[in-house]
Amino acid sequence: MYKVYKISGLRGKCVSIGYLMAYTITEKILLAHTDKKSIAPGEFIYAKIDLALGNDITAPIAIQEFEATGAKKVFDRRKIALVPDHFTPAKDKKSAEQAKILANFAKKHRIINYFEVGRMGVEHALLPEIGLVGPGDLIIGADSHTCTYGALGAFSTGIGSTDLAAGFITGCVWLKVPETIKFTYSGKLKPWVGGKDLILHTIGDIGVDGALYMAMEFQGEAIRALSMDDRFSMCNMAIEAGGKSGIIEPDDITRKYINSDGRNVKGVFYKSDEGAGYHKVIEYDVSKIEPQVSAPHLPSNSGPVSKFKKINIDQSVIGSCTNGRISDLRMAAGILKGKKVNSKVRLIIIPATQKIYSQAIKEGLADIFLNAGGVFSTPSCGPCLGGHLGILASGEKAIATTNRNFRGRMGHPDSEVYLSNPAVAAASAIKGRIAHPEEVI
Amino acid sequence: MRFKGKVWKFKDDVNTDEIIPARYLNTIDPKELGSHCMEDIDKDFSKKISKGDIIIAGKNFGCGSSREHAQISIKSAGISCVIAESFARIFLRNAINMGLPILEIKDVSGIKEGDYLEVDLNSGSVMNLTEHKEYKAKLLPKFIQEIIKSGGLLKWIKRRKVKNAD
Repeated sequence: MYKVYKISGLRGKCVSIGYLMAYTITEKILLAHTDKKSIAPGEFIYAKIDLALGNDITAPIAIQEFEATGAKKVFDRRKIALVPDHFTPAKDKKSAEQAKILANFAKKHRIINYFEVGRMGVEHALLPEIGLVGPGDLIIGADSHTCTYGALGAFSTGIGSTDLAAGFITGCVWLKVPETIKFTYSGKLKPWVGGKDLILHTIGDIGVDGALYMAMEFQGEAIRALSMDDRFSMCNMAIEAGGKSGIIEPDDITRKYINSDGRNVKGVFYKSDEGAGYHKVIEYDVSKIEPQVSAPHLPSNSGPVSKFKKINIDQSVIGSCTNGRISDLRMAAGILKGKKVNSKVRLIIIPATQKIYSQAIKEGLADIFLNAGGVFSTPSCGPCLGGHLGILASGEKAIATTNRNFRGRMGHPDSEVYLSNPAVAAASAIKGRIAHPEEVI
Repeated sequence: MRFKGKVWKFKDDVNTDEIIPARYLNTIDPKELGSHCMEDIDKDFSKKISKGDIIIAGKNFGCGSSREHAQISIKSAGISCVIAESFARIFLRNAINMGLPILEIKDVSGIKEGDYLEVDLNSGSVMNLTEHKEYKAKLLPKFIQEIIKSGGLLKWIKRRKVKNAD
């Protein structure tokens, strides 16, 4: 699988090693977090972690398990992040109890990165925003969309609560070194097409288990041209193709992001070697891709928006760890400005973090949403996973900028969710049916 | 470890929202999670099954979220073992870490709902007692077998720590 390069002309130790492996960016990051001298796909490693993340759904189980082992101390109180974002502000008594477990644990172990309601955000938007994750990091999170941080050139992956408990104790995680699929995107994007559309198109092409257990490396001129927000949307959904991680080589756009807005993140910028081994290489010409919509009940049921124009909707949701960032809200506001939401539709807009919320107010986006007849909510995962703030009744259909459209995901088992980018969701809210942004501009 | 039980059969891509819908994730009580197991696919699933029964599924079982409520729900409902053509990766590692027995067999098309199976976790043998046919499960890598033999990840860590101290 690997191309092995012989080093000639080197003296001393290098010669005695004799060979140097060509690695992918994923393999390089994993290797740097072990004591090993080399690494290969399929190998099991026990790697050091830079950050362990839990939320109000997964951390309570981890904390219960942590305490059951009799552990007294966490491995590093600065390297744990606890974000109560799913059912918060607490939607009911039971959710309040779950959130309380996080608050108490954070207090007891003096965990710095605990984010209370009012200072919080949807975890995968919040952590990059405040500079807690950076290029070259190894991050585990008890949430499947932890793969988001790959957009910064980090290895980050979703794990379970037991892994999280073990991470709290040891600062390590067991991993099987994944094979990598390289996805190359060439050409120039059409208007209204972004990271969300590229990933929906890709999942539609390879299927919901098309990258099972593998790292998805996104490359090519179209990726280089994407903003950080678009890159986050793309890597966020690697899990929807079964992927272990999604990753984009860090570049000047990454560097600018980690050094702006007071972030000052120090990262290691890894790149895949020429000659690195890939399971497969898949190429796309993005100039042919229209805005995408994924039909119920799998993210892989994607196709061009024009195919879905007959679908009437009851609700449009713009938000989540996939598309609740400021550029997403700007895009939606650009469509909604001076227009009204269709009388049969509920438009629900949920900024992903407190900072985005405040920025949207300052920029006048909130006014545009409210004047259009939409709801503008405090940050939360909300309806994305059927928690609260917009649950669907039986037979209802929603278009959403979220990441999953499984049966019953947003409420009643007989409701339906269509996935799209924010511009399509906003245009559909105006039209009352799934619509291309061009139809309302 | 050996199990004997009746088969409950599921399709490809069973997701974690189907195994335990998110509306029940405001609790970690195993009994309550068990009572809602597979509810959105089969409303009465948890009432119909007997202790020790076995879930058989197609490919990519457990895709979706990282919630361990899924494993807790399946275990607490009384299921002894899940056999699928493949598992989604977070579901797989959670099952290993928490000690929910899982096995992969290449093709489950010959196993029907209601068949009786005898499963030997050590040898990977899956005997269909109804059809008198034996299936061989894919052997798990040694590293994973070690975690399972230790009784889950947290016990494995404890053992490893002791070993390191030696």
